[in-house]
Amino acid sequence: MTRARSGGELAEAIEHAVPGSVVERQPGAVVVDAARLLAVCRHLRDDPGHGFDYLASLTAVDYLDFFEVVYHLYSLRNNTGAVLKVRAEGRGDPAVPSVSGIWLGAVLQERETWDLMGVRFNGHPDLRRVLLWEGFPGHPLRKDFLEFDHRTIAMSAVQAAEDH
Amino acid sequence: MIKPPPYVVNMGPQHPSTHGVLRLRLVLDGETVLSVEPVLGYLHSSKEKLQEEHTYLQTIPITDRMDYLSSMTNNLGCALAIERLAGIEPPERATDIRVIVSELQRIASHCFAQGTLLQDLGAWGTPLMYFLQEREQVLDMFEMICGARLTYNYVRPGGVSQDLPAPFFPAVQRFLQEFPSRLDEYEELLAGNEVLQARTVGVGVLPRDLAVNGSLSGPTLRGSGVEWDLRKADPYCGYERFAFRVPVGQQGDAFDRFMVRFHEMRESVGILRQALDALPGGPWKAPVPMVIRPPRGEAYQQVESPRGILGYYLVSDGGASPWRFHVRAPSYINLSLLNQMVRGYKVADVVAIVGSIDIVMGEVDR
Repeated sequence: MTRARSGGELAEAIEHAVPGSVVERQPGAVVVDAARLLAVCRHLRDDPGHGFDYLASLTAVDYLDFFEVVYHLYSLRNNTGAVLKVRAEGRGDPAVPSVSGIWLGAVLQERETWDLMGVRFNGHPDLRRVLLWEGFPGHPLRKDFLEFDHRTIAMSAVQAAEDH
Repeated sequence: MIKPPPYVVNMGPQHPSTHGVLRLRLVLDGETVLSVEPVLGYLHSSKEKLQEEHTYLQTIPITDRMDYLSSMTNNLGCALAIERLAGIEPPERATDIRVIVSELQRIASHCFAQGTLLQDLGAWGTPLMYFLQEREQVLDMFEMICGARLTYNYVRPGGVSQDLPAPFFPAVQRFLQEFPSRLDEYEELLAGNEVLQARTVGVGVLPRDLAVNGSLSGPTLRGSGVEWDLRKADPYCGYERFAFRVPVGQQGDAFDRFMVRFHEMRESVGILRQALDALPGGPWKAPVPMVIRPPRGEAYQQVESPRGILGYYLVSDGGASPWRFHVRAPSYINLSLLNQMVRGYKVADVVAIVGSIDIVMGEVDR
């Protein structure tokens, strides 16, 4: 049975390795500072005590005031799991660092999150839309994306095809 | 000699070997692939957004339409996530019925994967028909159980939609009696085949560490020798009660992935026998209201679908529909390393490699 690392215990370890990185401790998750995300992730992957070599899932949630990017990490060696979160403020152009250099499995998942949720991943090698086409207006999984003009979408698809 | 510049070829979206509407943008030097980029989204229907406008019970039939070759495991993952979020405990009989339908689904799905891979490689018709014959028997049983052959909407939060009917039991026993010997026959017929060996052995080699780093899962990960199966590593539905092995490959080539599926079908037969022998009586559904309002919070639940780790991440704001409904789709993430897998091989090998990953576009694009 996979042992879920508790938020409190994991936060202690992270804070010890990367001081000032923990923003909030939740019962089953740790929220870390976006500026120190990469250092935290590298520590979690490379430290044998953690050994989180497997990024199972990466996604984002729109909480209206901020976007939360959620990482579900697993260690196949130790059979443990952890949940890491990072917040991006503002609705204009929220951004967090890309972890695709640490786990290759993030490449497509970050592209999907950018495409559908509009969270930018700085340092991503190829951050383009993946399920929708370039020129699609807005990001559909955002809570303020409610109604759209079908004509605008049809025209932007035509434009994208012509540009290609 | 003049060397021509690399050129770009689009394989798909309407290519018979791309299993639906996958488009591969290949950069070629002659017949050799320099790089590949999967171009996705032709089947995108924004199911995650759709789920946010439905009640929790209504989310189940939408999951049917993602991985349409293994709808039972899609239903199961979603139901387990909702149960975890809302604190619902399914009865024992329901849990065992879920195991039975999941393993039957795995056999049906793997049969289809094996058949279509061989079809893609030019073993025209016969092997696919053999495997479809087996899959049809499973679909007949599912039709007995819930009336549908493809989109079951069977596993619900709190249990299953109805009890197993009486004619199901003789049908499944007959199937379990006949299927293993036919599986041996197919393996004998196919695995040693010279053409299959030439097309798949040493093709699309994926090293172990790369497979883990790329978040691959299912037979694609296990083909590379990583023994990671959620039914063993993080059991759900009481899988720890059943004795079975986790087959793994050695080299991580297309042939290993093909063979892992063969062995997994045998293990599934073993699990089915154990589950049917020990199937308890009692209720098959816990009392669950039509409109579930889970408390504010989040839940992540993974199940081992035939294609890999299928995860559901649900966030509730206390309302009748999920605030966020994310699906960790194994078919989509298994394409992460396609470029690393096909680089340096010939165009014809791309067909073998994509076939050995076994993707379902309904799940890739969602």
